[in-house]
Formats: sequence, structure tokens, C-alpha cells
Amino acid sequence: MLIAFYFAALIAVLTTAIAITRRHAVHALLYLIVSLLAVAVVFYIIGAPFLAALELIIDAGAIMVLFLFVIMMLNIGERATEVETTWLKPAVWAGPSALATVLIAELILVAVTSGSSAAPMHVVTPKEIGVSLFGPYAIAVELVSLLLMAGLVGAYHLGRRAVREEEQFGTGTDARRAVFGRDAVHAGSDRTSHAA
Amino acid sequence: MLFTLGLIGLLTRRNLIFTLMSVEVMLNASGLAFVAGSYQWGRPDGQIMFLFILAMAAAEVSVGLALFLQFHRRHPALDSDTASEMRG
Repeated sequence: MLIAFYFAALIAVLTTAIAITRRHAVHALLYLIVSLLAVAVVFYIIGAPFLAALELIIDAGAIMVLFLFVIMMLNIGERATEVETTWLKPAVWAGPSALATVLIAELILVAVTSGSSAAPMHVVTPKEIGVSLFGPYAIAVELVSLLLMAGLVGAYHLGRRAVREEEQFGTGTDARRAVFGRDAVHAGSDRTSHAA
Repeated sequence: MLFTLGLIGLLTRRNLIFTLMSVEVMLNASGLAFVAGSYQWGRPDGQIMFLFILAMAAAEVSVGLALFLQFHRRHPALDSDTASEMRG
């Protein structure tokens, strides 16, 4: 159990070190996801399975998908197909998937061994967390809901302004495209006149 | 250890996406410390704190990414790796 804990912690530190030194954002994102998975395994080992599940769902699921959406929104362009062919090379996803395989093997090992032996540690159950959450921490829950509401409104406001500016830029590119189109029409008419 | 790595990433990288990722790593590290403390004393308080940290991280990341989009619109360049470099 202790060896598994240190192994997961080692993977977490290693993948975080890789993630902050990558040059490309998506590679860093892959390693960061593996790092979050390793932290979730650490949570499971030290007796917090509920938090391990929450870490998987919220951090490795929602927040990373948000990062991925923004990165992919910014990469739309003529380089997209070329970039995609470079991303699909196995050297990109081999490292994260190998580390994730190690993590899932370790998790299965821990689950099997702790299922067979009597668990010596104190596992905090979700019921205990819920009782404590809505008992002495009720005001903090309200504050967190307020914070989430403020974050929602702020993100919506900023995103709306961004969309409006994108519309302005969009009209600009449309005008440029219209100019290019007129040039193309001119060239085509010239060619037809020459042919005539 | 994770916190230190996040801090190093925050200080060395200038790309905004990497800055947000480093902040995420630092929040995770503090949450891990809370859960370790909760394991040490066998009480659920540290895990409650980790729940709050998780909610705060979600709010912070959403607002930060919206700001990043806004910043990127201001720079009319296609290459996101050069356009997201902070200047000054």
C-alpha cells in the first residue's frame, strides 16, 4: 500500500514536471490529465474514495474539457489539418497512455488487496462528508455557491463581449474576402477577355 | 512538491494557458495537503476544504479562460503560441 502511494505520488510529480515544460499546450494538457489521475489514485489510497471520484469528474473531466475547448477554438485555421496529422503521431500519446496504464494497474492492485485484507485505515465515507458539510459548514457552502454564481456571471459577461468583438472582426474579414473575391472576378474577366 | 512545480511553471512560462494550468496544479497541491491532513487526524474537515477548493478552481478556470479568449481576440494573429505571449 505504501509502495503504491509513493508510486502514484512519483507519477504525479513526474507528469506535472513534464506538463509545465512542454512547448505545445495540448501535450501539456495530456500530461496534466495524467497528473490529476495520479492525484485521484493518491486520494483513493489515503482513504478518500469520494474525493477521488470528484477529482476525476470535476477536475480531470470538466475543467480539462474546458481547457481543451479553448485551445481548439484558438487553433482553427488553415494549419488545422497539418497540425492534426502531427498530433496523431504515436509519440504524442504514447507517454501519457503508458503512465495512465501504470496508474490503472496500480489502482486495480490496491482495490484487490484492500478488498481481501481488512482495511486498517479510517476511510471517510460520503455520508460523513455530507453530514459535516451541511452541519457546521453550511455558511461556507452558501459562500461557495455565491462564488460559483459570480464566476458564472463573470464568464458569461466576458464570453459575450468576446463574441461581439468576434462579430466585428468577422465583418472585417468578410470585407477583406469580398475585396479578394472582386480581385478574383477581375482576374477571371481579364482572362476571359484575353481568351476572347 | 507539486506546489513548487506549479510555482515554477507560473514563474517561468509566459503563455497564458500554461499560467492557468500552473494555478490549477497549485490548487491541486494545496488540496492534496488538506486531504493528507484529514487522513492524518481521521476527520472529514480537510476533505470539505478540498471540496471548496475544487469549486473555487472551477470558477477561477472558467473566468480565466473567458479572459484568455478576450485577450486573444485583441491580438489579430492566427498563431496562438505567439499571440498568447504576454508583453510588458
